[in-house]
Amino acid sequence: MSEEIRNNQNQNSSENEYSLNDDRRVRTLSPGALVIRRFIRNRVAVTGLVILVAMFIFSFIGGAISPYKEDQLFYTYNEQKKQYASIKENKEIRYVSASKNSFPSVAKAKCVMAIKKDEDTFEAKKIEYKLTKESDTLYSIYGEGDELVAFATYDIISSSTQGQDLPFELQYEIEKTISAGGDGFEFDGKSYTVDEAGTVLEGENEIGYASRYIVQAIMSDVFLTRSFKDQLISHINDGKNEFVFTDEDGTEAAYALTYDAGSESWNVLQTVETKVFDTYHSPTKEHPLGTDKNGMDMLTRLMYGGRVSLYIGFIVVIIESLIGVVLGGISGYCGGWVDNLIMRIVDIFYCIPSMPIIIILGAAMDAMRVDPQIRMIYLMLILGFLGWPGIARLVRGQILSLREQEFMIAAEATGIRASRRIFRHLIPNVIPQLIVTMTMSLGSTIITEATLSFLGLGVKFPFASWGNIINDVNDTFVLTNYWFIWIPAGVCLLATVLAFNLVGDGLRDAFDPKMKR
Amino acid sequence: MKKFIIKRLLISAVILVFVAFIIYTLMRCLPTSYLEQVARQKSMTPGSKSFEEWMQQLSATYGMDKGILPGFIAWCGKALRGDFGDSWKWTVPVIDKFKESVWVSFIMGGIAFILELIIAIPLGIIAATKQYSKTDYTITIVALACFSLPTFFFASLMKLLFSVKLGWFDLGGLVGRNYNQLTSGAQILDKAHHLVLPILTLVVISIGSLMRYTRTNMLEVLNADYIRTARAKGLSESKVIYHHAFRNTLIPLVTMLGGSLPGLFSGALITETLYSIPGIGFVSFQSMTAGDIPFSMFYLVFLAILTLLGNLISDILYAVVDPRVRIS
Repeated sequence: MSEEIRNNQNQNSSENEYSLNDDRRVRTLSPGALVIRRFIRNRVAVTGLVILVAMFIFSFIGGAISPYKEDQLFYTYNEQKKQYASIKENKEIRYVSASKNSFPSVAKAKCVMAIKKDEDTFEAKKIEYKLTKESDTLYSIYGEGDELVAFATYDIISSSTQGQDLPFELQYEIEKTISAGGDGFEFDGKSYTVDEAGTVLEGENEIGYASRYIVQAIMSDVFLTRSFKDQLISHINDGKNEFVFTDEDGTEAAYALTYDAGSESWNVLQTVETKVFDTYHSPTKEHPLGTDKNGMDMLTRLMYGGRVSLYIGFIVVIIESLIGVVLGGISGYCGGWVDNLIMRIVDIFYCIPSMPIIIILGAAMDAMRVDPQIRMIYLMLILGFLGWPGIARLVRGQILSLREQEFMIAAEATGIRASRRIFRHLIPNVIPQLIVTMTMSLGSTIITEATLSFLGLGVKFPFASWGNIINDVNDTFVLTNYWFIWIPAGVCLLATVLAFNLVGDGLRDAFDPKMKR
Repeated sequence: MKKFIIKRLLISAVILVFVAFIIYTLMRCLPTSYLEQVARQKSMTPGSKSFEEWMQQLSATYGMDKGILPGFIAWCGKALRGDFGDSWKWTVPVIDKFKESVWVSFIMGGIAFILELIIAIPLGIIAATKQYSKTDYTITIVALACFSLPTFFFASLMKLLFSVKLGWFDLGGLVGRNYNQLTSGAQILDKAHHLVLPILTLVVISIGSLMRYTRTNMLEVLNADYIRTARAKGLSESKVIYHHAFRNTLIPLVTMLGGSLPGLFSGALITETLYSIPGIGFVSFQSMTAGDIPFSMFYLVFLAILTLLGNLISDILYAVVDPRVRIS
């Protein structure tokens, strides 16, 4: 106070001279204004207040003007090379059999030996087979009763129509024509022509083709067209490793060709674009803090997380203070057995270890699959219900000491009602201490909530909270590589709690009339 | 004095019974997920009893079939004889698991406590003697920052800095990979090496409040009349501060620190969990999340006892240290 007067004296002395008992000489300030002045003079506390205001703007206004929603997912296109087909030049004899069981694999093995030894006959499974060499690339195999069971060739004959195989006899005729170097044949009353490229035509229609290359699609539902195969083969023969194919509908697709020396075959890789969640994307213009593990915008999550943390902090502290002030007030004012009873209850609650209890309840809520929204309400209630004893003790202590002071005796002596004594004289004197404690416990409540959310027992997905954002560091890869996920949330948390504590500290000093600077 | 202690002990015992009852009720009201889980598993095995039968048998075995009040009385009866039952998660008696894990926590807490004292008290005194100087502001803000630091965030930062970037320490655990191949001396060193980061975290997190407490109390003492007298006598400033003021600051300090001594056994739940140190905190965290009722029950009651003991010690110390206080 004395300083106040001196300051004003200095100011006023330069302007006008007032007489000593002039009221204008001393500017009178209400106690509230004095507190505000003392608070403003405390630079550290004001810094805290500024941080708090910034955090509120960031969380509440920032969340509202952010272009994204709290749980909006972002996608990205991921280019993946998938194996599409494989192609191999045939250097081995292949067998085409009349029906599935007419030429078993034992016979195939015997046949190879017979071809190598230039023999005419071979025996497999007690069946005598006859081998006729039609040309260098074609062998006909006759089984029981001189019936043609299979032929062996280096060429592959494929049908031009999807899902329809050429009949065995027709294939045999085609192969015979090709190996003999002919250009046409008659089969089943129809005439066919075979051109140099191996294309088989029935009149004008292409029905099939023969080729030295085996081209197989990886997926069974993909049908490779003739022109695709031809272009592919010519690209491979040119030694290229990329290949762009335009199909009949005009759609272009790019393929990469890789040679696998082990199987002497070429792999055709198709570049496929897959839509995936844009997870852990580094900061960009659209996402200043990148995206998180679910592909959500980190900055927006951070804003909403701040909202949740501040909401929970405020509601918990309000619950705490309501219970604490009422019970502490009753206890302090009534005294006697009421006081004794309430203080024992306070003692009991003081002994209940709150963190473990909340962890157990959190785990239980996990087991019961409580809805995240309801869970948040439970969390606030539990935190508030476990936190009141400290405030009750404080209020009781204050009231006990205030009750004995002279101004209360004076108030009693003037004969005003009890309710007026309590609300007009007692409560206003408790409020400064209460505000300081509430501010400080806001900070600690936010830490508790964040710790629980960090452990996965507090606020749950899809809701964001600063704690559960940092939860991602449990994955060491995130801890190491994605700083933008967890450092900003931690800094926000630290800044907010620190600001609450600074403001609380500043208020404590400002409220204390004995404080001298 | 004797009368006072006896009275306080009795009150504490009554409070403890109530606390234990509240905790017991709470535990019993939870969905007994662990028992159900075990029963479900057992009923899955071929040729086994049905889920309900297993549930009944398990409930009977673990004393969960009684009502809450008879169950609590039975629990109290056993607990008084030192039998807290078998832990469901660890499948050993609760006491055995407790004895196995508490010492790590105690050593960790003890070292951190001593470091805290060494760092925080001198800094608090310096801040108070140079009130409103730059040093004071720095110390106050650092104290508040430590106090506001969320444990898990600080621990993550430490891990990133010391374990990932510098590679000085392992990310977690009490022993290294090749622990079993080490000689006994090297084994101790290995454990000590793994405890560095947890202790650092504990110290930084809890240093702030002690620093502030020291500063506040020192300031109060410095404003007292006897300090003015000491100064008026013409004593040197160092003598005033370290001889007259500091001794009086010790009264609230000793009271508070004495009260926090039992807390050394309670383990650091969050820090131990973050660094996977198998102390009592981490062990009970795992028990609690697994729904292990016997162990959680024991741990919660143990914590309540420690709190009561701490309050009692600080009350007694207050009377012992400060001759002005008379117990009536």
